[in-house]
Amino acid sequence: MTFLPKPKLHHPALGHNALGYTRRDYEGAISTLCAGCGHDSISAAIVRACFELDLPPHRIAKLSGIGCSSKTPTYFLGASHGFNSVHGRMPSVLTGANLANRELIYLGVSGDGDSASIGIGQFAHAMRRSVNMVYIVENNGVYGLTKGQFSATSDKGAKSKRGVVNSDEPIDMVGMALQLGATFVARSFSGDKAQLVPLIEAAIRHQGAAFIDCISPCVAFNNHEGSTKSYDFVRDHNQAVNALDVIEGREEITVDYAPGTVEMVQQHDGSWLRLRKLADEYDVHDRVAAMDYMHRRHAAGEIVTGLLYVDPAPHDLHGMLHTVDAPFNALDDAALVPGAAALEKINAGLR
Amino acid sequence: MSQSLTEVRGLQRINDFVVKFANVNGSGSASANTMFGKSILRMGVPVAPRNIFPSNIQGLPTWYEVRVSEAGHLGARGGVDLMVAMNPQTWDQDIRSIEPGGYLFYDSTKPMPASKFRDDIVVLGMPLTELCNAAYSDPRQRQLFKNIIYIGALSALLEIEPAVIETLLGEQYRGKDKLIAPNLEAFHMGRDYALKHLDCPIGLKVRRADQVGDRISIDGNAAAALGAVYGGASVAAWYPITPSSSLAEAFARYCQRYRVDKATGRNKFAIVQAEDELASIGMVIGAGWNGARAFTATSGPGISLMQEFFGLAYFAEIPAVIFDVQRAGPSTGMPTRTQQCDVLACAYASHGDTKHVLLFPEDPHECFTMGAQAFDLADRLQTPVFVLLDLDIGMNERLCAPFTWDDSKRMDRGKVMTAAELEAGKDFGRYLDVDGDGIPYRTYPGTHPTRGAFFTRGTSKDRYARYTEEGPAYQDNMERLLRKHDTAKSLLPRPLAHPASAPTRLGAIYYGSTSPAMDEAAGLLAEEGLPIDCLRVRGFPFHHDVAEFIAAHDQVFVVEQNRDGQLRSLLINELEVAPSRLARIVHYDGSPITARFIAGAIAKAHTQSRKVAP
Ligand SMILES: Cc1ncc(C[n+]2csc(CCOP(=O)(O)OP(=O)(O)O)c2C)c(N)n1
Ligand code: SF4
Ligand SMILES: [Mg+2]
Repeated sequence: MTFLPKPKLHHPALGHNALGYTRRDYEGAISTLCAGCGHDSISAAIVRACFELDLPPHRIAKLSGIGCSSKTPTYFLGASHGFNSVHGRMPSVLTGANLANRELIYLGVSGDGDSASIGIGQFAHAMRRSVNMVYIVENNGVYGLTKGQFSATSDKGAKSKRGVVNSDEPIDMVGMALQLGATFVARSFSGDKAQLVPLIEAAIRHQGAAFIDCISPCVAFNNHEGSTKSYDFVRDHNQAVNALDVIEGREEITVDYAPGTVEMVQQHDGSWLRLRKLADEYDVHDRVAAMDYMHRRHAAGEIVTGLLYVDPAPHDLHGMLHTVDAPFNALDDAALVPGAAALEKINAGLR
Repeated sequence: MSQSLTEVRGLQRINDFVVKFANVNGSGSASANTMFGKSILRMGVPVAPRNIFPSNIQGLPTWYEVRVSEAGHLGARGGVDLMVAMNPQTWDQDIRSIEPGGYLFYDSTKPMPASKFRDDIVVLGMPLTELCNAAYSDPRQRQLFKNIIYIGALSALLEIEPAVIETLLGEQYRGKDKLIAPNLEAFHMGRDYALKHLDCPIGLKVRRADQVGDRISIDGNAAAALGAVYGGASVAAWYPITPSSSLAEAFARYCQRYRVDKATGRNKFAIVQAEDELASIGMVIGAGWNGARAFTATSGPGISLMQEFFGLAYFAEIPAVIFDVQRAGPSTGMPTRTQQCDVLACAYASHGDTKHVLLFPEDPHECFTMGAQAFDLADRLQTPVFVLLDLDIGMNERLCAPFTWDDSKRMDRGKVMTAAELEAGKDFGRYLDVDGDGIPYRTYPGTHPTRGAFFTRGTSKDRYARYTEEGPAYQDNMERLLRKHDTAKSLLPRPLAHPASAPTRLGAIYYGSTSPAMDEAAGLLAEEGLPIDCLRVRGFPFHHDVAEFIAAHDQVFVVEQNRDGQLRSLLINELEVAPSRLARIVHYDGSPITARFIAGAIAKAHTQSRKVAP
């Protein structure tokens, strides 16, 4: 049985998408985060991306760990099932959920403490395993929820609000994701909606492990001078390598770009990514070059943003495990239980 | 060249003795030894084989013990009647373990000083190395065939029918037919030598009987894995750890056989070897949340790592099945020795107030039935269910009743609200106790476009899954979880009573792998004039039968395999029994508990209590 969505009555000015939903239908509860928190902008970008992609909200599952960032799934996609799991372990819970039903879209939301500190192991292994998901780290370089301690992405030399200087090397999650085999790797900035929304859309369309490191200033504990994750710092040091549009496969693709500056990438699900190259030497299909480029720009004090790497024909965990198309949670006794006759044979072999 | 230092009249026993093989790990003895046990089984005589092995792959000592018991005692007995001493490293301890009047079979190629023997045992020397070196040039062959040669000698010494072993060799090398003839040759070489040079038969004899019936022989881990297949598990996530790894591996084997879709060749299962136990249980919980049946297999250290997640699954009410194949702890403890030492760690796993559902299978048969049932219970109760095996039943082949299955049975998916029910306007509150049994309804993600979505969290929530830190709402939820735990009592397998043949005020409570030793001990105690009623607990929370049993007896012994009497503590805590009512009978040296130990300890505790009684 299929159920057609019955949109609520809406303000006539609100636009509808192809499914008849408005932007509202993708929103969640009112945010309880600090006013101005970068995380809220990311939630808004997720809402907009899902609306624009015409996704049925209930076919998305949103999972997170623990932290201010991990609280955000309450504040978007209210018609989706959500799971606020334990600190640093969202990747494993999402992996299990994905195995149980490959038909849903999986959106994992995490923080830099959640993913780079306590959860770095699970982050790394989920990337290695190519779980088909969108994995967004809302990276503020600080533990927001526990009030301002350094996280593993805090830059060396960064100053906390209390004046403490971080002496540990930072973990670059983008570099790790590239090295560990993620098939879609991007970095963005919560304050740059024009860049972030299409990146999330492209990541959702990607049929493999898509990772977005989204710098997201914490206005309470990491937006002061001396912080390398503040709004001002990121705006001043942001170096975008490309600009992205996502075009649905069902639309006609018109070739209207000048070769060498614009590239069309078709993803596995039929959607097209239109990439306007900003940095000429940048090649989104070369994993090794991407790592090299990032390191060089980082050494020059720049934060590279944009779509950094994409494999247009990704593999995913279900493919590697060679699983059936049907969601496991819909398999019945006939599909799962070998039955009494088979058991008799097993018994006979054990005598 | 039979070598007997002094004339000893050896033990005279038919179908009732213990043979122990002392080998070096990695010497290829395992398959020969298994065949030895199986040959006796094929002669209709029950055997209980046990591997005793160290935590390494090659070079350290291993033992294989076969208890032969026409009476059907499958617990470890203790003591050795025939020692097959193939490991010079453990010689002294092996010699010491032989019962007076027992037999020693050894490789006499290198002469041993008389001081290395005992004068109250029968010594049977055979120059195995010399025979092998003469017959084979390849060192690997010398080693492997040595094992078959001594099996040949034992068949002559114990009067095992050679045809039975010939058949077994044929079965073992089916498909590799080239190997059959040389193995048969080695077998007969050993047999002929023994017949010619040793006093055959010895006082220990195998006589064909009819005591095996239709029983099967399988290890508990494989049986539990098969239970998971029949229980409908489709997701398994695990991290290797002895003694549980073979459970996950058996699941993979059975799935290859029974869960590959015929039409497409694709898998109706997913097995992930995770990066650690945190990830294993995380995946299981994610899959359970999303409506698939999922499990992990682990042992004590893994249980410790999973604690935070168990609390989440308990509080957020997510089905999960955990097979804990227990080994001696704490920490790495004795990783290849058996214990029942995770009872409390599982019953109250995680921080905060938690209580979990436990199942205690006694043998592979119950590993299968409980292994399957665990998934129904987890779905019905929406909570983690722990199946507590241990190394003794998990990793040893055990004779047990054949598996049965009712084809009309359907998986009990519990209270899952469907899209049609939501569409029809049924009220959905994720944590609403609609039926008064403490079990709420859940929905699978993606069920309905506008109804039934909820947010799962480890934080406190109201009946409609809305975040709240209001005290009354929190307590309301915690109380409901207790009601649900109470409901579990009626769903779990009931305890099984084994009443004494004569009226008695003595009772014994036991569980899991202690079962065969306890049954045998009850017999021994009855012979000594101490009849005892026994109750085998099969699950936690405890059925009310357990409290009644305790109330009905003056003295109750809780028999278990850990230091602190963990089940006893659980009984005291949950049933509010006075601690003095429950005597602790504990065996925890890492070897399986024996009837001798239980009977001795109970008899001693009983006389002591008599002495202090006024
Ligand atoms: C096992 C465990 N340890 C510690 C905590 C406390 N804790 C909650 S959130 C958090 C840090 C979150 O940081 P991050 O992921 O960066 O999220 P943010 O709040 O910055 O968005 C910590 C340490 C916890 N919930 N669980
Ligand atoms: S503490 Fe920081 S991260 Fe948390 S809500 Fe406030 S601004 Fe956002
Ligand atoms: Mg943070």
